[in-house]
Parts: sequence; C-alpha cells; structure tokens
Amino acid sequence: MDRTADERVRTAGPAPAGLDTPPANRISHPVRPGRWLAAGVVAFVLVWLGWSVAVNPNLHWDIVVDYQFDRVILDGLWVTIQLTVASMLIGVVLGVVVALMQVSDSRILRTGATAYVWFFRGTPLLVQLIFWFNIALIFPEIGLGVPFDGPKLVTWETNALVTGFVAALLGLSINEGAYMSEIVRAGLRAVDPGQQEAAAALGMSRAKIMRRVVLPQAMRIIVPPTGNQFISMLKTTSLVSVIAGADLLTVAQRLYLTNFEVIALLIVASIWYLVLTTVASIGQYFLERRFSRGFGTTVPGTLRGRIGRNLRFTGSAR
Amino acid sequence: MTAPMVRCRQVRKSFGRLEVLRGIDLVIERGQVVCVVGPSGSGKSTLLRCLNHLEEPQAGRIHVDGELIGYEERGGRLRPLPDARLRRQRESIGMVFQRFHLFPHRTALENVMEGLVAVKGVRVADARKRAGDLLDRVGLADRAHHYPAQLSGGQQQRVAIARSLAMSPKLMLFDEPTSALDPELVGEVLEVMKDLAASGMTMIVVTHEMGFAREVGDHLVFMDDGLIIEEGPPREVLAAPAHERTRAFLSKVL
Repeated sequence: MDRTADERVRTAGPAPAGLDTPPANRISHPVRPGRWLAAGVVAFVLVWLGWSVAVNPNLHWDIVVDYQFDRVILDGLWVTIQLTVASMLIGVVLGVVVALMQVSDSRILRTGATAYVWFFRGTPLLVQLIFWFNIALIFPEIGLGVPFDGPKLVTWETNALVTGFVAALLGLSINEGAYMSEIVRAGLRAVDPGQQEAAAALGMSRAKIMRRVVLPQAMRIIVPPTGNQFISMLKTTSLVSVIAGADLLTVAQRLYLTNFEVIALLIVASIWYLVLTTVASIGQYFLERRFSRGFGTTVPGTLRGRIGRNLRFTGSAR
Repeated sequence: MTAPMVRCRQVRKSFGRLEVLRGIDLVIERGQVVCVVGPSGSGKSTLLRCLNHLEEPQAGRIHVDGELIGYEERGGRLRPLPDARLRRQRESIGMVFQRFHLFPHRTALENVMEGLVAVKGVRVADARKRAGDLLDRVGLADRAHHYPAQLSGGQQQRVAIARSLAMSPKLMLFDEPTSALDPELVGEVLEVMKDLAASGMTMIVVTHEMGFAREVGDHLVFMDDGLIIEEGPPREVLAAPAHERTRAFLSKVL
C-alpha cells in the first residue's frame, strides 16, 4: 500500500495504527497587555536612541569612517590580536601545569600552586600590569648564572628587555594562568575517580592515565569556560593602554590626543572590539558543539544568543 | 607442586581508625571460582582491591601466582615496588567494577582496545581484531561502535569484562558486578561469567547472587567485620552454615 511519509510518522507514534488522528486542539491564548506595553516602550526607546545617535553631530561619523581602516588603528588591532592569542596560549599552558600541581601528592607542589593562584587572583590585573612595566625598579638587571648573588654568565638591562609589549604579555598571561588553573582543576575533578582506577587496574602509568583517560574527559568541562576567557581577554587587553602597550585602545588614545576626536576614535575602537568578540563567539559555538559530540549533550541556546551573551560587559570581574 | 593462584596471609587494612580488614588468611587454587559474600562494610571490596594493590594493606602479605603484590622484600624489609613492576602485576589481574567504569569518550571497541594499545603496545590493527573477537565472545559484536552511554547496564558490564580479558589476565576480580544492574539485565552478565568460569579462569567474585555462588562457585567465603568467618563448598555453606553470623546473614538474603 502506498502511504505518504506523513502517515507513516503518525502511525509510528503512540496512537494505535488504523485510527483517525483526533482533530487538533483549539487553544486560545489570552491577550497579555503588559507584555505588549513593555515591548512598545522598548521599541520606542531603541528607535529614539538610534535616531539620536545617527543625527548627533558630536559623534563625527565621517571621522569614524575615515579612521576605521586607518593604518595606525589596524596596527593596534593586530597588537590586540597578538596579545590575546599569546596570553591565552601561555595562560592555558600555565593553567594546566598549575592545576596538575594542585592535584599532586606533594604538599610543596600544592602549596606553590595555591600561593600562585592566591596572589594573582587576589590583586587587580591593572596593578600587576603597572608592576611588570616598572619591574626595572626592583630588578635593574636580569642575568643568567649562579643563584643567590653568585657569578653571572650574562646580564641584560631590564628596561631593554621588558618593553611595553613584553610587560603586557607577562601581566596578562601570568594572571590568566591563575584563572585557567581553576578552570582546568574543576575539569579534572569532574572526572569520576573510578576512571583512574579502571585505567590503573589495566596497568596504565600515571602519565598515560592523565593523557588518555582523564584529560580527554576533562576537556568537555574545560573548553566552554576557556572560550569565555578568550573572549574576555580580547577586551581585557585594553587595560595595557596604561603601560603604552600599543594595542587598539593605546593607538586610539594616541590619535585623539593629537586630533581631539575622542568620541569618534573610541567608537572606531569599540567597533573593532565588537567585530573581534563576534567572530570569537562564532568560533566558540562550533568548538563547543564539536567537544560535546558523543556525550548526548547539546550546546544550550542558539548562535545568536551566544553572541549576545558574550558582548555583555564582563571586564569588571577582574 | 605449583603455588596457589592467590595466598593472603594476615592481611590488615584500616582507613584512619576504622579497621576494615583484621587479618585475612585465604588460599585460592588455580581455576577456582571463589565467591565472597557478607554484609556491606564487611571488607569484601577492600580485600579485592588489595589484591591488585588499588589499596595498600598495612600488614600481611599477598601473593598472586607466587609473586608478592605491591612490594619487594629486601633484607627482611618491605619496599614499595617500582611503578613499572606494579603496573606489570596489575596487567595480569583483571578487575571488573560495580559501576563498570568504561571510558565514556571511547566506543565499546575502543574501550577493549585501550589496554592492548596503551599498555601492551599492540599495533592498532591487531588490537582492533582482538577486541572484535572479545566483543563477539561476550555477545556484543553488533555494538562495537556504540559509546557506553548508548549501551544498557548489562551491555556495559559485558564490555568491561571484555576490556579486562583483553589483557589476558591470569586472575579476574569481580567487585559486585551485577549490583548496579536492573534485575532483568543481571542474567546476561552472569551468563558471560559462567562461560568464563567454564574456560578455566581463576575468579574471585564479590557478590550477592547466591544462585550464582551455588551453581558456579567452587568455594564460598563468608566475611563479616573484617574477618573470614566461614568458608567451604558453596552448597554446604549455604545449606548448613556452621556459624551463627553466617546463618543470620543468609536468612536475610535468601
């Protein structure tokens, strides 16, 4: 007998085959005046805001257009991307090392790891950045040789070594390592201890258990917050403008100190930050979807919702 | 005369102040199926976990196949075995857990392959073939590419048994292998264990399945409060327990 796909689906359902499907329920949803009123108010405010931004002569949109792809701005943008990627890479490596120290059997390793996290999460990143920038005031020279004031093989001037970029990289990555170690540790702890026992009972070494059994399972827990850290880092790099980090905000400031187009150049920078976080959010969405495969869980929410959430201001957390 | 497969002498283990094993003496011959029963908290699982050194006993000696487990004796003193040698010992002792502990990020086939590839260094193609044969043996050839989350409890436990068998162990430890299963799934796991027993494998089974103990077991050990209270042929112990505590326990579970 020739049946349409629609009929097959229906007969496969809970209703006994052969019976007519009952007529669809008629449900009249109540009118909700409060919701309509709120929607109207929000729509009005949005239109009003958009209009006043568009026609406001103080915003100098022509200047924004002029500078959006300016050579200097693009250089700053490039520095911001480099700083973000490099600090995150170093931060993740530091985080894994410190997390492994924290779950180690050695009390000294655990204490060292705890002290690191305590110090770098306990002081503001801004203060740390200024510290690194002025490190020459504490250690005027850096050398290789015997510790505790022994003879030195080579020495360098600290000021020549720690440029604004290097200080920014040190500050951001070491701070990030402290946060990442907590994320990695949470991931490691989320893996059932029975997994390690089962692997040990097979005769696996501790290193192999970590690499083949524990870390792959911890990744599912570690990846989503690491994506958030990356997106947060894109915006946090703007803090290095206080130590002349040559990032996007630094160059924007440098430009408006000469041409006084403060608002226009901040808008230029903001547009670029929005572009970066949007692109990163899309990447994060696909990364998470990939890592949750085979575990029967799905990434909550839509791509659009994810982007919206990441654009929210999170810088104050540090 | 060859050494027995397992010989425990005065094994003691405590967690803090709590004495879990208070001097266990046990001899298990090759090819025997020993069922360990007793109330919860009597130390059955801890004894099993001492046998492959997942727990370190504080006193006493455990020999498996004539080899002292977890330590080496030099000049009358015990030293912990170097990691590599402890791993070699564990390799030859299979263990099946109550909650399966399959690796969730690997398919059934990959779970069985894992020890072959990561421990024995078998080539992937060979490991895949051997793992496939083992899954066939536990009746799961058609589930080879399923992840543990896609399998029933009984199927997961059968994969776990195949994973242990892949290491060609000389002794298999079962820690309440059917206690986490829905009642209708218990049978399929016991069936696999029965086949394994018939093949001559030496097995120690901590269980509450008295039917299995009576039918398949060669020897029954009743433990209570960290001690072996009574042991003997399962039919005799189950039919006419000699000790008061054995009687009390059996009257509750039978």
